[in-house]
Amino acid sequence: MRNDTKPLLSVKNLKTCFFQDEGTTEAVNGASFDVWPGKTLGIVGESGCGKSVTAQSILRIVDDPGRIVEGEILLTRADGTQTDLVKLKRNSREMRAIRGGDIGLIFQEPMTSFSPVHTVGTQIIEAVRLHNTVGKKEARRRGIEALRSVGIPKPERRIDEYSFELSGGLRQRAMIAVALSCDPRLLIADEPTTALDVTTQAQILDLLRKLQQERGMAIMLITHNLGVVAEMADDVVVMYLGRVVEEGNVDDIFHDPRHPYTKALLKSIPSIESPPRVKLPTISGSIPHPYNRPKGCPFHPRCVSATAGRCDAEEPLLQDVGGGRKVSCFLHQR
Amino acid sequence: MTNGDAGLKKTVLLDVKGLKKYFPIRRGFLQKTIGHVKAVDDVTFFLNQGETLSLVGESGCGKTTTSRCILRAITPTAGEVLLSADGEILDVATLPKNRLRSLRCQMQMIFQDPFSSLNPRMTLLDIVGEPLLVHGEGNAQERTDRVAELLRLVGLRPEYMRRYPHAFSGGQRQRIGIARALALNPRLVVADEPVSALDVSVQAQILNLLLDLQEKLGLTYLFVAHDLSVVKHISERVAVMYVGRIVETAPTEELFASPKHPYTEALLSAVPKPDPRLRSERIVLQGEVADPANTPPGCYFHPRCSYAEAVCREMTPVQEEIAPNHFVSCHRARELSLRCVARCSTV
Repeated sequence: MRNDTKPLLSVKNLKTCFFQDEGTTEAVNGASFDVWPGKTLGIVGESGCGKSVTAQSILRIVDDPGRIVEGEILLTRADGTQTDLVKLKRNSREMRAIRGGDIGLIFQEPMTSFSPVHTVGTQIIEAVRLHNTVGKKEARRRGIEALRSVGIPKPERRIDEYSFELSGGLRQRAMIAVALSCDPRLLIADEPTTALDVTTQAQILDLLRKLQQERGMAIMLITHNLGVVAEMADDVVVMYLGRVVEEGNVDDIFHDPRHPYTKALLKSIPSIESPPRVKLPTISGSIPHPYNRPKGCPFHPRCVSATAGRCDAEEPLLQDVGGGRKVSCFLHQR
Repeated sequence: MTNGDAGLKKTVLLDVKGLKKYFPIRRGFLQKTIGHVKAVDDVTFFLNQGETLSLVGESGCGKTTTSRCILRAITPTAGEVLLSADGEILDVATLPKNRLRSLRCQMQMIFQDPFSSLNPRMTLLDIVGEPLLVHGEGNAQERTDRVAELLRLVGLRPEYMRRYPHAFSGGQRQRIGIARALALNPRLVVADEPVSALDVSVQAQILNLLLDLQEKLGLTYLFVAHDLSVVKHISERVAVMYVGRIVETAPTEELFASPKHPYTEALLSAVPKPDPRLRSERIVLQGEVADPANTPPGCYFHPRCSYAEAVCREMTPVQEEIAPNHFVSCHRARELSLRCVARCSTV
C-alpha cells in the first residue's frame, strides 16, 4: 500500500565508526530503515546500541573521531528529488539548509541544549533567519507564533526569557518550538521525554502527536522507553550494539516479537499492569563494552536460544521474513 | 507512645510523624530570610518491619528530602522520626550527633547513580569494607571475608574485590552499592531511585535482587522512585507525594486498582503502557507543579484538579482513612469514582 509514495528518509546499510587510539568502535553497523511521511518511526534500544549516533549520522553532526564509513541516507526533498546526505560535505551550504530546514532535531536534555546566555527568543529567531530571508520583526513574530503553537502561555513575554527561567516541561516545549520554527518535514526526537516527569511526559507526547497531525510531518522517535514507543510509533526498529535486530509494525513488535532480544526485553520490563511483587524474567549479563564486541551475533552471549557453532561464529543479516517485517536472527532465516 | 496502636498491627519499624523540612530563602546583603521552600510539609507515615513502602511523586515533590531526613543526613525542621532499635524507640530527628553513628548501622542507603556514588580510587574491598572499618568491626582478615560474602550475596564474584569500579558495568556497580549498604546488617534500607539510571534489561535484575535480599535478610525498604511500574513491582504499600505532602497511602494493589486521590489517578494514567493496543485516553494534567516556596491556598493540587470545588480552594484537606490502611487527603475522596489502570482487575 505504500508503493505509491516514496519514503521521506531512507537509510541504507549505514555504518558509522569511531576511530580512537584504543581501537575502532562500530557505533552503527549496517542500519537500514525507512521513515514515511506523516508517520512515526520508533527506534528503541538500550544505551550503547547506536540509536543516537544514527540520528547524528542523519544530520551529519557526528563528532570526531567518528565517521560515516559506508551506506546511504536518502532524503526526499520537497520537490521530490532524492539527496544522499552521506555524499554531502558536513558543513556545505546544502547540508546546513537541510539541518534545521528539512530535518528538525529535539535533544534529550533541554537544559544543556539551550544557550544560557541568550534568550529563548534569540535562539528561535536565529533559526528562523538562518533558513528564511525574513527581517528581524517578522522572525520575532514567527518565533512568538512557534512558542504559541507548542502551548507556551504568554509567548510574547516568554520569548524574552532565558532558558533557566523556564521549567523542565516549558523548556522542552521551547526546544520543540525551535525545531519546528522552520517547518521541517522530519522531526528527529532523541529521547525527548527522558529527563521529564511522567505527567510532563504525557503533555509533551500529546503535543508531538497534535503537531504531527496538524503539519503532517514524520517523526523519528529515539527512546529506550518501550511504553513511549507503544504509545507513539507506527513502525519500530529495535537496535542492539549498533545493529538493527528487528523491524516492523508497532503492533507486531509488541504482540508477536520474533528476535530473542525483543522478546526478552519486552518480558523484562516492569509493567504498571502486572501483579505486584512478582519476579521479572531477566536478560542475563550486561551489554558488552563496544571494544570487546562478541564475535558472531552480538546478542548470542545473553541469548537463551543461541546455537553453539553458529550464533557465535557468523553474523546473521537483517532479512525480510514477510509481512513487512525484518529480523536478523538465524532462527528466522531460510 | 507508638506502642499502643502498633501492638495491633505488625511491628512498626519506623514511624514518621509530622515531618517538616523548610529551606530558608535568603536574599540581600544581610542574607535576610524572606521565605521558605517547604520541601517536606507535614509528612506522616509508618513502615512495618520487613515490608516495602514506596514514596512516589514528580521531581521536586520532596521524596528525596524525606528520605534524607529519615536518615538524618539533613536535620528536619520539625517532626518525629521514630525508629525502633533493639527494643527501644529512638527519635532520629532529635538524637544528639554523638549517638547517630551507632544508629547508622540500623539504616543504610542505596543511591541513584552508580557512577558517581562509588569512589573511583577505591577498590571494591575498600568500598564495601569501609562501613565495617568505620564501625570498627573485625580485623583486616575478617573484613575481607565479610566483603567476599557480601559480594557473593549480591551476585558478584569475590575474586573481583581488588578491582576498581571503572571495570564494572552500571548494573554491577549498583550491586556494589547494594553490598556496601548491607555491610552492617541494617534493618532499614532507603533506596533512592536505585534503578532509574540503569538500562531496561538490567533494571529487572536489580529489582529481583532487591526482592531476593529482602526475603533472605528480612530487610525493610523505603523505596523512593518516580517510575510507577517499578514501584508496583517492588512495594507492598505506596505513598504518593505532591509538593511536600503525602496525598495518598495505600496497599499497592489497592492504589493501582482504586485510586482515591485525583492526583494519583492522573499519575497512573500518564504512565505510557508498553502495549500499542492500549493507547488509552490519558488524563493530561494542565499547568505546572505548584511552587513549594509559594504554595496555593487550600489543597495544593486544586489548580490542576478537574474535580476541584470551592472547598478545595479554601481548606487544606486532612488525611482520612477511608479503607483499612488506605489514607487520602482529599475533600472529595469518598464521592469521586476515579479511573484505575486499565485491565488491572483482570490480571
